[in-house]
Amino acid sequence: MRAATYSFLILFLSGTLFQLPGGTAKEEFPVPPPPLSEGIFPCSACHEGMPVNPTKRELKDAHTDIKLHHAEGVRWCLDCHDPTNRDKLKLTSGELVDFGESYLLCRQCHGPIYRDWTAGIHGKRTGYFDGKRTYLLCVHCHNPHDPKFNPIKPEPPPYRPRDRHNVR
Amino acid sequence: MKMLSAGFLAGFVGVGTSCNHVIDEEFLQKHFLEMTDEEKQRVVRRLEEKYLREYGKTAHVSTGAAKPKTLWGYGLDLSRCIGCRRCVYACVRENNNSRYKPQLHWIRVIRLKKGNLINLENAEHYYNPETVPEEDFIYMPVQCQHCENPPCVKVCPVHATWKEPDGLVVVDYNWCIGCRYCIAACPYKGRVFNWTRPNIPKEELNPAMHYLGNRPRIKNVVDKCTFCIQRVRSGRYPACVEACPTGTRKFGNLLDKNSEIRYLIENKRVFRLKEDLNTEPKFYYFFSL
Repeated sequence: MRAATYSFLILFLSGTLFQLPGGTAKEEFPVPPPPLSEGIFPCSACHEGMPVNPTKRELKDAHTDIKLHHAEGVRWCLDCHDPTNRDKLKLTSGELVDFGESYLLCRQCHGPIYRDWTAGIHGKRTGYFDGKRTYLLCVHCHNPHDPKFNPIKPEPPPYRPRDRHNVR
Repeated sequence: MKMLSAGFLAGFVGVGTSCNHVIDEEFLQKHFLEMTDEEKQRVVRRLEEKYLREYGKTAHVSTGAAKPKTLWGYGLDLSRCIGCRRCVYACVRENNNSRYKPQLHWIRVIRLKKGNLINLENAEHYYNPETVPEEDFIYMPVQCQHCENPPCVKVCPVHATWKEPDGLVVVDYNWCIGCRYCIAACPYKGRVFNWTRPNIPKEELNPAMHYLGNRPRIKNVVDKCTFCIQRVRSGRYPACVEACPTGTRKFGNLLDKNSEIRYLIENKRVFRLKEDLNTEPKFYYFFSL
């Protein structure tokens, strides 16, 4: 009886431990491909063999459109982009993740938001809600280099009751 | 009464031409809940022919019934809504609402001063700034709240509006007599009236329709938000949920423990509009921040 309990425990533990790389649960979220600028990926196409320059500077030769407004006081490119494997993102643990799994990077700071996102409360779901719904990556809505939403123009207000478009 | 007027009309216009035949059928058709499947099929065929004639488009009118074990609920995140009205116009396009003369919107986005949320008397829905969101305001979209205890259903003298088993409050446009008691009874201004035949550009007609939902309305009937019955009964999100650029709108099955709507009710600060009226809305406003 006891042996059976132990073996069950071991089975259970191995089931949880070995499926969790880095000690974290890996859930699957169906997301569309990340919104990379056209022709920019793979990054290694340009960066391969280029010397790594970790200093903070104004980018003049390439990526001139990127103006970092995301805790820029304490952050620079290589905090999230891996210096050696340019086609990957880097977690604080040193683990590399694909651009398609960038939420793993975002959740390092935005834990409660990530929790809401996994539950479907933060962000938008589209498609079919019984199974085939699509999640959006954080970066589909928030520019990772400048994540705050910009104000937008509203759609026109409804016609007033006496507006000529509304009167019979 | 309806039979009488139909009989009168048939006598008046005479019989023989196909047009009169259609009018007769429309007058004589039963209440939706009393129709047999065969009768529903006949009505659907007639409607589809009518829309092909009027709009030049092959429409599909569904009469799909409620799925078992569903009770639809809606969540709206007041911390995220920026008042851009994308939902309003997505709804109009999806639901074949009249675009002008009269312009019928099922969603009304009201603007309230920050810190003054309960003061609905000062709400404004004609706001039109250059950009939204504005500094001192919050926005609160209001539409049919699909009450569990709907006052609009109670006052209807002919039972043309009722609550479906999945919680949707719907209207049989062919049974509605246009008395507008329900508009007066609704505390949310959730219902609108078709003063004329709807003005819908032919090319913008949405051909995926439901009999109790977005089929083009007839003159002198009331209509309202149906949570996009034509979409949700086939497992899709309502159009407003998909149109929202900030992910403010949430939708799901209140009876499903794993649904988004259950998560937000259990984990967020939630309220329902005018809860004191005992209408038991299934529309939950919440704050995610």
